[in-house]
Amino acid sequence: MTILGQLALWLALLVGVWGAVVGVLGGRRGDQALILSARRATFVLAGLMTVAAASLLTALVKNDFNVAYVASYSARNLPLAYKLAALYGGQAGSLLFWAFVLSLFAAAAQLVTPRRYAHLMPLVAAVTSVVTVFFVSVTVFAANPFERLAFTPIDGRGLNPQLQNPGMVVHPPMLYLGYISITIPYAFAVAALLTKRLDIGWLHAIRKWTLLSWVFLSVGITLGMWWAYVELGWGGYWAWDPVENASFLPWLTQTAFLHSVMIQEKRGMLKRWNVILVGLSFFLAIFGTFITRSGVISSVHSFTQSSVGYFFLAFLVLGGIFMAWLVGTRLRLLQTEARLESPLSREASFFFNNLLLVGMAFSVLWGTLFPIVSELVRGTQVTVGPPFFNQVNIPIGLGLLALTGIGPLIAWRKASPGHLRRQFLVPVGVGLTMGLVLAALRFGDWYAGMALMLAAFVVGAIGQEFVRGVGARHRLHGESPVLAFLRLVGRNRRRYGGYIVHLGIVTYFVAFTGNAFKTELEASLKPGESATLHSPFGHDYTLTHLGVSQYEALNRFVSAASVEVRRGDERIGILTSEKRLYVDSFGRQQFEPTTEPAIRSTAREDLYIIYAGSVEGTEEAVYRFTINPLVMWVWIGGAILVFGGVVTLWPGSGPSARSPRRALEGYQATLEPVA
Amino acid sequence: MTERGETVGRRALLGAALGLLPVFRMSQDTSVARLQQPDLAGRPRQRVTNYENDPFIIGVERRLRCTCGCGLDIYTCRTTDFTCTFSPELHREVVSLVEQQKSADEILAAFVAKYGETALMAPPKTGFNWAAYLLPGIAIALTGIVLGWVVLRRTRTPAPVPAAGPDTASGLTSDDAARLRDELARLES
Repeated sequence: MTILGQLALWLALLVGVWGAVVGVLGGRRGDQALILSARRATFVLAGLMTVAAASLLTALVKNDFNVAYVASYSARNLPLAYKLAALYGGQAGSLLFWAFVLSLFAAAAQLVTPRRYAHLMPLVAAVTSVVTVFFVSVTVFAANPFERLAFTPIDGRGLNPQLQNPGMVVHPPMLYLGYISITIPYAFAVAALLTKRLDIGWLHAIRKWTLLSWVFLSVGITLGMWWAYVELGWGGYWAWDPVENASFLPWLTQTAFLHSVMIQEKRGMLKRWNVILVGLSFFLAIFGTFITRSGVISSVHSFTQSSVGYFFLAFLVLGGIFMAWLVGTRLRLLQTEARLESPLSREASFFFNNLLLVGMAFSVLWGTLFPIVSELVRGTQVTVGPPFFNQVNIPIGLGLLALTGIGPLIAWRKASPGHLRRQFLVPVGVGLTMGLVLAALRFGDWYAGMALMLAAFVVGAIGQEFVRGVGARHRLHGESPVLAFLRLVGRNRRRYGGYIVHLGIVTYFVAFTGNAFKTELEASLKPGESATLHSPFGHDYTLTHLGVSQYEALNRFVSAASVEVRRGDERIGILTSEKRLYVDSFGRQQFEPTTEPAIRSTAREDLYIIYAGSVEGTEEAVYRFTINPLVMWVWIGGAILVFGGVVTLWPGSGPSARSPRRALEGYQATLEPVA
Repeated sequence: MTERGETVGRRALLGAALGLLPVFRMSQDTSVARLQQPDLAGRPRQRVTNYENDPFIIGVERRLRCTCGCGLDIYTCRTTDFTCTFSPELHREVVSLVEQQKSADEILAAFVAKYGETALMAPPKTGFNWAAYLLPGIAIALTGIVLGWVVLRRTRTPAPVPAAGPDTASGLTSDDAARLRDELARLES
């Protein structure tokens, strides 16, 4: 099977190059035969990459340990789900997975894009083929998953234990889907620039793709946080690790684009900026992969380090130069059609929203790269960790939270003082009330207090929009509040889906404030001994060590330490944290022992228990107990955010077939004389 | 002695007195059985002392990087990666400096002297490192100022007044255009 996979990769390389060449020629000359050939090349490419991916999956499932990749990332006793996840568990496989998914997206783009954008499609095929060829080249020449060993081991090493978690089965594909699907909007942007057809059409063509990519990235990032929380055992979910930062960067620029594109659609402004944002998002996604794969910046994700970084660096540099040339030579065609009428307008608030989103992306990128910059400039390595990122980014984040509420309240074009007063009175009142409540409670943390006040303001703003919308429908159509709410959202999914996304962001911020009140305690306890942990909500937990049991499971040896938990006088139950030693099918230890936390989640707080080990090989256990306030709201916020994204994405909420024409015509209309 | 030094001194005395004792009360005295297979339960641990939960020590350790290459601070590494042999040793170094009644800044300085600037979890605010802290803020502030200036300038400059009579491009009179603008503003708000 691996020979078939290898063959498929080489053929994909040739077909990809063919697709790129005929795509460019077809797009330039308008030759229908070449255009058709470029389109078909994307389908053949998808077929070949499917064969390649299926070949590696077959090798993984059949335990073909003569294949170096299978021997490194799988084992006979690895559960099937993780054998399948091993496809992207190692570097070579993940690059193959990237090329495979990209080829599917490229084919899907050719299939689902309406015919009115046909003039862009050959060049879209060319761009997606070039990017696929790049990934196939890296796979073939630098990280080939089909490479064979000179001998066949009797068993494989197995998958990294930290990856043997349900979250890791879903989290990487989601993140990859997010990264990879950004290629499609980028391909449309390049096609529009090359054809000089820079009307609103290409923006409409990529709208769903951009949202899809943003939703996948959001799901991937949230699942990544969840995985880090339940698997890594440090009791947190975001550590400003370079790889986390790499996923956050394109998310920020895409979020900026999703806002600024509205200004171009409604007012014909920010055309250059939008093209730049699409390109930036694409290159930041590639940059994220570069960071993950190259090991240029040391991180806990360094298990994927290798020399493929040079390929990525070359691609980034060449791609960046090409994009800069393309935008630079089309600046005249990207001139704004309208002018800003007032600083008190939604357009102006979106300018500042973009400034902060891209500013945050810059600060995260700058912080991530600063160790390299420092080494280059001073010859001294420095560490840029969470204290730096929190210090720099929390104020920007609070500014963004404020704009989340301000933006939707201000009218397009120009807001009158009366309009502003009417719109802001209730939300500002809600925010100030929250401030008074916090002051009365002697709330200690300034940043957390500010975040809660702003969150209340945004909830007030969004709530007001929904209440007014439902009220208007109720008055106009006599609908019940529930029906009016459903129709309000259903008939304007983009606007109200966006508001739901904003609610998700607010929920995130509220959850983040819990970090300020985290409580931790280390204790070594003999069986029967107890430790007491005080919750920031006022109650005490009594944690009694029951003992340590040891047993064998499917592919691991488990040492399980159990704790009886009492809150005040109430018995909550027993929580068990595990120390796992993963072994192959011959019982040989393959990895260092890992720790599985025991977590009891409630809406208020999580009790997080880690069994650190035993004292001198006895049942006296060392524990770390942590109370993490409001963590559940991080996952709820993620779910709300994604739900809002899906509402916005739902078929029927996008531009109709008439939209490009209408947008091209601007705001022309025929006015009937008033009688 | 400074106030900080006195606090550290008191802490050191307390640590010396209680350092080897388990911190938590025993609800019942039990004999401790050996595990069936101790070597399968991870690296052997030492009893927890007051030092492990000392907020001052934890605060200092959160500002110092573990040298094992994990990228985590000493506190997080020693309470998360139980296979790491570096972080317990670094913790002992911090405790030793605390016992010598060093202040937080002195402990950080001692680590920088021994391991270099990379021992700190955030670049010290000196010299070129200021660029790390200031550049994002300056970039955002300057762009914001320029953006604000452009916005004000453009919105203050009066828009060219269209000639009376039908606009040849859109077929609208200036009155019609004004009405259309008002209607659209109402619609979009």
